[in-house]
Amino acid sequence: MRTLGYAAPSTVEDAVRVLSGASGVAKVLSGGTDLLVQLRSGRIKPDLIVDTKKIPGISGIREEDGAFVIGAATPGAVIGEHAALRQAWPGVVEATNLIGSTQVQGRASLAGNLCNASPAADSVPALIAARATCLIAGASGQREAPVESITTGPGRTSLKRDEFIIAFRLPKRTPRSADAYLRFIPRTEMDIAVVGAGINVTLDASGVCTDARVVLGAVAPTAVLVPEGAAALIGRTLDDTALAALDRAARGACKPIDDKRGTIEYRIKVAGVMARRAAAIAYARAGERQ
Amino acid sequence: MSKHHVTTTINGEPTEFLCEAQLTLLDVLRDELRLTGSKEGCSSGDCGACSVMVDGRLVCSCLMLAVEAEGHAIETVEGMAHGHDLHPLQRKFLEHAALQCGFCTPGVLVAAKALLERNPDPTETEARYWLAGNLCRCTGYDKIIRAVLDAATEMRAT
Repeated sequence: MRTLGYAAPSTVEDAVRVLSGASGVAKVLSGGTDLLVQLRSGRIKPDLIVDTKKIPGISGIREEDGAFVIGAATPGAVIGEHAALRQAWPGVVEATNLIGSTQVQGRASLAGNLCNASPAADSVPALIAARATCLIAGASGQREAPVESITTGPGRTSLKRDEFIIAFRLPKRTPRSADAYLRFIPRTEMDIAVVGAGINVTLDASGVCTDARVVLGAVAPTAVLVPEGAAALIGRTLDDTALAALDRAARGACKPIDDKRGTIEYRIKVAGVMARRAAAIAYARAGERQ
Repeated sequence: MSKHHVTTTINGEPTEFLCEAQLTLLDVLRDELRLTGSKEGCSSGDCGACSVMVDGRLVCSCLMLAVEAEGHAIETVEGMAHGHDLHPLQRKFLEHAALQCGFCTPGVLVAAKALLERNPDPTETEARYWLAGNLCRCTGYDKIIRAVLDAATEMRAT
């Protein structure tokens, strides 16, 4: 029987060294709410667990010139309790807080939600809509990459063996801009998204949309950025024409699967509805900021 | 098999143990430290029967490796009563008969205590959402919620 190794490096450099030098399969541990389930069920059989939580700054939130830097392993509950972050990025925070129960929120992290690479990850569409980036450490130094470049398919990421995410950066908020995330689940709580929609908008003083990002979750192998959805919103107020065009664009971007939570047809229809409703919330929030 | 030496605090007591990397905190609490109040229900973070506090945060001890406890303060259901003095939540659970088989009860108590520590006056909706990660297959939840809200009322008065 092989032995599972465990390392808890206390610096980024040590963590990279451990990951680069690992023989066999190494798994990066943040909150562990997905990793432990997979470990216990035997779905993954790593040789080494690299726990990042002893690295200073890996958990916690700081502001840098109006931008927010969220440590990769910061628990969802901590993100939800951060008043300034909630004010600036309500969509990112509500998406993060939808993950699991109170207990899961005590551990679950953005890095885990992203790197677990579930198509239905709730925080991911909201992060992409927010133009969030990941700060990634690796053997060749640190790099910054957009969140949408990380997940390549269910359970797969573009991170190299020696790389791990150390933080997420949410850009400085522009005036009259806000985001929202909505998901549809068959229950009221504690379920996996049938469809998720993250929308981020900026309005001008007259309420016309000048910038938008539309992102859908759970309707394709990865979260999908929908530029046609953004185009439907930009240059308009949230009138019926814009909403109808957004609905069409959202449906057009879906490549879902049939499963017990929803059929292909149902997911496509609901994607349009969720996009419209999330857009309405984002607009209302942005409008209140005038 | 190499074992890890872990130094932690459990219910206020400095506690050390040796464990293999794959063991969860729940495994060690129950099998090594004989704190069998925390229960193993689903082992996947869905049922909440293994709920404990880690540095004041409610977590599932089945979703945490025991080695991750190094340097942290753990509180379990065993720390709720002081000798024969039950915690108000424990008393109210008895008064309201808020349990039948009792398997979920330790987890519900730990989770409810965490709720009342941060929100001494929760609405029924708030209590139900907070406890959504604690599954009970006997009571239908109604008596649990009544016991929690009654305990909250009593704790606010004292």
